[in-house]
Amino acid sequence: MEFLVASGVGAMTAAGVYLLLRGRTFPVIIGLALLSYAINVFLFATGRLVINRPPVIAADAAGYTDPLPQALVLTAIVISFGMTALIVVLALRAYLEAGSDAVDTEEATVEPAASHDTRPGLPRDGDAA
Amino acid sequence: MNHWIAVPIVLPAMMAPLIVLAMRHDLLMQRVFSAAASFALLAVAVALTLRAAGAPPELYQLGNWQAPFGIVLVLDRLSALMLLLTSLLAVAVTLYAIGSGWDKRGRHFHALFQFQLMGINGAFLTGDVFNLFVFFEVLLIASYGLMLHGGGAARLKAGVQYVVINLAGSTLFLIAVGTIYAVTGTLNMADLAVKVPLVPAGDQALLRVGALLLLVVFAVKAALVPIHFWLPGTYANAPAPVAALFAIMTKVGAYSIIRVFTLVFGGEDAWLAADWLLPAALVTLVVGNLGILGATALTRLICFSVIGSMGTLLTAVALFTPAATVAALFYLIHSTFAGAALFLVNGLIVERRGSAGDRLVTAPRLAANGGLLAALFFLAAIGMAGMPPLTGFLGKLMVLDSARDSASMITIWTVILITSLISIVGFARAGSLIFWKSAGVPGPAGTAATEARHAAPHSGLPIAAAGAMLAAMVALTVFAGPVTGYLEATADGLYDRGAYIRAVLGADAGIVR
Repeated sequence: MEFLVASGVGAMTAAGVYLLLRGRTFPVIIGLALLSYAINVFLFATGRLVINRPPVIAADAAGYTDPLPQALVLTAIVISFGMTALIVVLALRAYLEAGSDAVDTEEATVEPAASHDTRPGLPRDGDAA
Repeated sequence: MNHWIAVPIVLPAMMAPLIVLAMRHDLLMQRVFSAAASFALLAVAVALTLRAAGAPPELYQLGNWQAPFGIVLVLDRLSALMLLLTSLLAVAVTLYAIGSGWDKRGRHFHALFQFQLMGINGAFLTGDVFNLFVFFEVLLIASYGLMLHGGGAARLKAGVQYVVINLAGSTLFLIAVGTIYAVTGTLNMADLAVKVPLVPAGDQALLRVGALLLLVVFAVKAALVPIHFWLPGTYANAPAPVAALFAIMTKVGAYSIIRVFTLVFGGEDAWLAADWLLPAALVTLVVGNLGILGATALTRLICFSVIGSMGTLLTAVALFTPAATVAALFYLIHSTFAGAALFLVNGLIVERRGSAGDRLVTAPRLAANGGLLAALFFLAAIGMAGMPPLTGFLGKLMVLDSARDSASMITIWTVILITSLISIVGFARAGSLIFWKSAGVPGPAGTAATEARHAAPHSGLPIAAAGAMLAAMVALTVFAGPVTGYLEATADGLYDRGAYIRAVLGADAGIVR
């Protein structure tokens, strides 16, 4: 069971990191989702993998499974779900406004090359809206 | 239990939904309540700081659950200091946002602002590593909204990048937390401090992995090289008041490094962070200051100066001695004020430069308040660059002095002194281009002036807010003595961990050096 869980976490993390390094928002979001799945399983396993044990200490039980990682996973799931929803909307907005779904912001942050140029250019968005 | 400890979290947490739900359509009410909440927060922070100054760390058990099992808030001198700093900044930023009309350019500025304060205050007060993660998420999700405030394609694209970087950072945070929990079986910081030295030799490697992953996570927040790339794009595209508020966000990373690596991994394990932190901080210092010299726009120049100041700050942190920590905390206060002042002044300058925006080119002179803004920029710049008489100079002096006994003293001195010179040159170039050389340039001043007055109807309040940050720097210079006294007590509390652990776990907690 340990081997199965460990390789599952490993495979999902590897795929997640690979997708995260792509240059477009869609694979990046999928990558983040995969990463958060991997983390959830990993967090779950930090309480050690046990089966058929109660999560709270009972007098007649031989042992118990750690309930705290389950609480942590629950929190992590809620947060990562909210964040994924946010970034999906954000990526969509950025795509619709900028007309491109590249994660790279080269053209957005690069300054005009000729610094002595005094032509009135377009004011950058962050500054003179 | 002293319930006032929870107020810095509860007050903004109640105010934000109130603003969203009850005064969505009434900007005036939003402004009144937001400003009132910021001032109330300041009052609470002052009271808590006065209380923490003369007392051992104080515990607040949420829901009255006993310490290692429930979530605790801990008020000690360091967290009180950070709360005070946050609330001072919050007051200035609120007034600036109201005065400059930034809060009108999108919706829910004030609600997001209060949520952001809740997250920051929570991160400073919590005594639990997982709770720290949760408050990081609260402050991050509010910061996403604030950063995107006002919209626009460039800001949205920079925003996507910022969100992705921080989501990846949060993932790493969870891996680190999971690893540490798997090894020690606790996430309460004081309990961790007791249990970390008792970890069996076979698990030491795992524990180190967890600790260093935590360092990476905090370094992302603190914009340490090589994970600083998100900062210039984010801050340069954020609205001016938001960028000024973000001056405290990098300090949340620095605070977390100080807290976790003195309390939890302190003692003989402190090398864990120091070996990596010091070289990275020195490189950050160089990269930041080269960025100041190379920037072609004023906003990006300020962003790089913030990176450079984080380099100085973390260099002092990485020494892990009480004297160096005093210097680091002093520099932390200074660089928060200096960074915020620069971003606020920059916002005012850009509004008055018409089409030239923040580009470092000669352009027709500022539409209004040129002389005053030049003076403010000059003061903020010499503060940031570390020239006398302002706090930057004192802070750098303290950092240099505390590095005297270090093995890498020569490297630290060389890097700090040379980069200071570079940043002075960079700021001087930017200032003379914008204010001096531009003074003689004829231009359609009339139209630009009316345009700018349209954009900034009340210029008094924003200028006062920026001035208040500079006044804070001057006050810090004047009262450097008492402040340093407070910081020395803070540093002693950080390195003598017993008081903190006893406060959280009770008097009979495990003995730690």
